[in-house]
Amino acid sequence: MGLLLAPPMLWLGVAYLGALAALFVTSLWGQNSFTGQIERVWTLDNFRDLFSIEVYRTITFRTLGIAALVTVVDAVLAFPIALYMAKVASPRLRRLLVIAVLMPLWASYLVKAYAWRGMLSEGGLIAWLAAPFGLDSPGYGLAATTLVLAYLWLPYMILPIYAGLERLPDSLFEASADLGGRAATTLRRVVLPMVFPAVVAGSVFTFSLSMGDYIAVRIVGGTGQLLGNVVYDNAGAANNLPFAAAVATVPVVVMLAYLAAVRRTGALENL
Amino acid sequence: MRTTTTQRLTAAAGACLLALVAGCGTSSDDETTTDADGAAAFTPPDVPLQKSLGEPEGRVSILAWPGYAEDGSTDKSVDWVTPFEEQSGCQADVKYFGTSDEAVKLMGTGEYDVVSASGDASLRLIASGDAAPVNTDLLENYGDIESFLKDRAWNSVEDQMYGVPHGWGANLLMYNTDVVKPAPTSWSAVFDDASVYAGKVTAYDSPIYIADAALYLMKHRPELGIEDPYALDEDQLAAAVDLLKKQNEHVSEYWSDYLKEVQAFSTGDSVIGTTWEVIAQVAQGEDVPVEAVLPEEGSTGWSDTWMIGADAANPNCGYAWMDYITSPKAQAAVAEYFGEAPANTRACELTSDAKFCDAYHATDADYADQIHYWTTPIEQCLDGRSDVRCTDYGDWTQAWTEVKG
Amino acid sequence: MRLSRGLRATLLGFTVVVLVVIYTPLVVVVLNSFNADRTFSWPPRRLTLHWWDLAAHSEGARAALWTSLEVAALATVISLVLGTLAGLALRRARFFGRSVVSLVIVLPIALPGIVTGLALSNMFTTVLGVSLSIFTIVVAHATFCIVTVFNNVQARLQRLGGNLEQASMDLGAGPFTTFRLVTFPMLRSALLAGGLLSFGLSFDEIVVTTFTASSRNQTLPIWIFQNLFRPNQAPVVNVVAAVLVLLSAVPIYLAQRLSGDAAEAMTGAR
Repeated sequence: MGLLLAPPMLWLGVAYLGALAALFVTSLWGQNSFTGQIERVWTLDNFRDLFSIEVYRTITFRTLGIAALVTVVDAVLAFPIALYMAKVASPRLRRLLVIAVLMPLWASYLVKAYAWRGMLSEGGLIAWLAAPFGLDSPGYGLAATTLVLAYLWLPYMILPIYAGLERLPDSLFEASADLGGRAATTLRRVVLPMVFPAVVAGSVFTFSLSMGDYIAVRIVGGTGQLLGNVVYDNAGAANNLPFAAAVATVPVVVMLAYLAAVRRTGALENL
Repeated sequence: MRTTTTQRLTAAAGACLLALVAGCGTSSDDETTTDADGAAAFTPPDVPLQKSLGEPEGRVSILAWPGYAEDGSTDKSVDWVTPFEEQSGCQADVKYFGTSDEAVKLMGTGEYDVVSASGDASLRLIASGDAAPVNTDLLENYGDIESFLKDRAWNSVEDQMYGVPHGWGANLLMYNTDVVKPAPTSWSAVFDDASVYAGKVTAYDSPIYIADAALYLMKHRPELGIEDPYALDEDQLAAAVDLLKKQNEHVSEYWSDYLKEVQAFSTGDSVIGTTWEVIAQVAQGEDVPVEAVLPEEGSTGWSDTWMIGADAANPNCGYAWMDYITSPKAQAAVAEYFGEAPANTRACELTSDAKFCDAYHATDADYADQIHYWTTPIEQCLDGRSDVRCTDYGDWTQAWTEVKG
Repeated sequence: MRLSRGLRATLLGFTVVVLVVIYTPLVVVVLNSFNADRTFSWPPRRLTLHWWDLAAHSEGARAALWTSLEVAALATVISLVLGTLAGLALRRARFFGRSVVSLVIVLPIALPGIVTGLALSNMFTTVLGVSLSIFTIVVAHATFCIVTVFNNVQARLQRLGGNLEQASMDLGAGPFTTFRLVTFPMLRSALLAGGLLSFGLSFDEIVVTTFTASSRNQTLPIWIFQNLFRPNQAPVVNVVAAVLVLLSAVPIYLAQRLSGDAAEAMTGAR
C-alpha cells in the first residue's frame, strides 16, 4: 500500500504542500519597494500591515460576507431544482435535466462573466427588462459581483445536492407520510438533515471559489475589491510577492478551518 | 503495523522535503546593490553593454504599451510590425501591458527582449538589473532623436543611456460629448465636481494616479505646498488620498486595460475620465461620441524609452527593433496612431497631418518640460526638500488600495 | 409519490425559472456572436455571419484550442494514474490515514485557485528555477484534477467490495494480473467519468493557468481573456464560446450513458 501511495503523495506532498510552505515562507520576508526584489530578511511586517491597516480588514470581511451570501443564495436556489430532478422528474426528464444543468459548466467562465457585464451595462438586457417596472440595472458593483458569482457557481451546488437527494430511498418519504407527516414537514425534518452533508459539500466549492475570485470582480465589480484582487494586484502589478503571500494565507486559513469543521458532517465524502 | 510504519516514514520524508523546499524559499537577484534610497543615489548593477551587432536571431519578444507595436490585430490597417519583420527577419511576439507595474513585473521574468518603459518603470528596471545599458552607437536613428530627451534622469545613469527615447505625451481628460455639456476645461470635472456625473466617472487603475490628484491639489490648494506631484510627504499624500476617496464615490470603474475604457464609454457606463489619446481615437473609430482635452491645470504624462532586457534572448533583433521603431516612418505611424509627440522629429515630415507635430509641440523643449512625467516616488524628495521624508512607491501602492476601499 | 401536487407544480415552476436564468447569458452570448455591432448593443440591430467566418479562420483561436486540448489530455492522464493509485492504496487504510490523505488530495481544489496558482508559480520560478511552459501548466492542472479521479475510484471500489479480487488471487493470479483482468475492467467507467470531469476542469481553468503559463503558451481561456475586450476579437470570442457550449453536450451525454448516472459519477458520491 505504501508503494501505491508513494507517487501521488510525493506529487502532492512536494509539488503542492511544498509550494504552499514556500509561499508561506515568502510572506515572512521583506521587499524592496523600488526594485521589487525580495529581501530575505525575516520580518512580520507583512502580517502586521495586513492586520493593522483597516482597509485590508474591510476587504477581508467583505469577501467573507459575499462568499457566505453567494453560498446561501446558491443553496436556496439549488435545493428545489435538485429536489425536482431527484424525486419528481421521470427518469428520461431527469437525464435531460442533468445534462441541462451540466452544459453551462463547459461554457467558459470568462465568457459567462463577460455576458453578464453586457447584460448589466447601461442599456443592456437587465436595464431593458427592468425598464417597464421603472427600475434600472444595478450596474457594476458588489451587488453585481454577488449575482454573477452566485450564477457561476450554481451548478456546483446543484450537483452534490442532487446526488445526495437521489440516494435517499423513496421508502423514507412513504414512511414519513405514513406516520402522518405532510410534505413540508417531511422535507424539513427528514430530508434536510439527511441531505445536509451534500449541501455542505457544495458550499465548500462556492465558498472557496468566491473567496479567491478576482476575475469576475474585475469584469462586473466596478470599483469593488475582494481579497483575490488584493492578492492578484500585489503578486502581479505591485510586484510585492511577500505581501501577496501574506494576504493569501487568509483564505487558506479560512478554508482549512472550514474543511475541519465540515469533516464532522461527513461532507468531505460527497466532494 | 506495517501501515503505520509506512505512513510514518512517508510523513517523515515529506516533512524533510518540505523543510528543504521551504529553506530555499524564494531567491533574490544576487547582483543587485540597490539601496532603498532610489534614483539619485544608486549604483546600477553591472550589466554588460553590447559592443557590436551580430546576426539577427530570427525572433524578438516585445513588451509594449498598447498602440506602440501594432501588428494588425487591433485594426487591420494599422500595422508597422509586419514591415519590421520583413525588413529585419525577426519574427515579433508582441505583448501589451496596462500599467508600469505590470511592465516591471513582466520584465522580471526575463522572457521579454525589449520593453517600452515609462519614467516610473525605467529606473526600477535599471536598479533591479533587468534592463541593460544601450550602446547608442549601434543605433542608426539615435542621432535624430530630440536632444532634450537624451541623458535625462529617467533614462540614463551616470551618463550612460539605458534606452532609446520613443515619444512623450500627456494624460488627457476624455468626455462623452452627448452627455457632458459644456466641454470641461479643468480636472475639477473629475474631482471637486465629480458628483455631477455620479457613477460614471472613470480613472486610471494604478498608484501612479495619485500624482494626478497631487497635481490638482498643487494648483487648487497651494497652501499644501506641493511642488512636485511625485514628491509628497505624509500630509500631502493624505490630502491626495482624501481627494481620491471622495472621487471614488462617483467612479463607475477604474481601468488599466485600455479597451475596457473604450467599452465603458461606448456603453455609456463611463462618461468622463482620464485617458490616453489613442483610447479616444479608438473610441471615435467605433463611433462613440468622445473628445479628449488637456485641462488648464496641465497634466501628468509619460516619456517613454525602449529598453533592452539584461537577459534578452534575442539582443540583436532587440536592437533591430529599437532602431526600426525610432526611424522616421515608424515614428510617424506610431505618433499619429497613439497620439503623442515622436522622439525622432524627422517623422514630422511624414505624418499624414502636416500640422501634427505642431499640435503636439514635438520640438518644443519648454513645453515638454511642463508635463509631469511619470516618475517613481522615492523617500528622498524629488523636489529637493531634505527636511522631510517623502512617501515612496510602496506607500503609494498601499494608499491606492485604501482609496479603492 | 409522496409529494403533493401543489408542491410538485411549484418545484417544476421553480426549475423552469432557474433554467431560464442559467441559460439567458448563454443565449446572449450566442446572439452576440451574430451581432453586427461590435460593441454588442442591446437589442442587436443587425445580424451577421461574419464573426463565424472569422472564427473559423482564426489562427489564434485554433492554436489556443490545440494547446488547451493538449494540456487537458496530459493532465487527465497523469491524474488518472495518480488518482487510481491513491484510490487503490486507501482501500483498506485505517480511518485516520484515509482522512488525512483525502484532505491532502482535496486541498488543491478546495483552496482558492489564486493561492494554488501563486504557490505553484512561486515554486516553479524561484524555488526550482524552472521557466514556465506547457509542462508547468500540466503539472498544475494534474494537481487539482487528481481529486476527481480519486473520488470516483474510491466510490466505485467501495461499491464493489474486495471479493472478486480475493477470488481471483485465490485462483492463483498475481496482484498485477488481478488488477489487469479483474479490477481495471470494473473501474473503467468510473475512470472514464472521472477523466471526463478532469478534462473539463482543466479545459476551462483560467486562474491557476494564468500563473503557471509563460507568455508564449495560450490555452483557450487565456486567449479568451486577452481578447475579450478587443473590438475586433470580442465577437470571435463569443463564437468560440457558443461552439464550446454546444459541443459540450457530447461528452456530458457520453458520461451519462457510460456510468449510468452522470451526477453521481461527476461528484464521485457514493
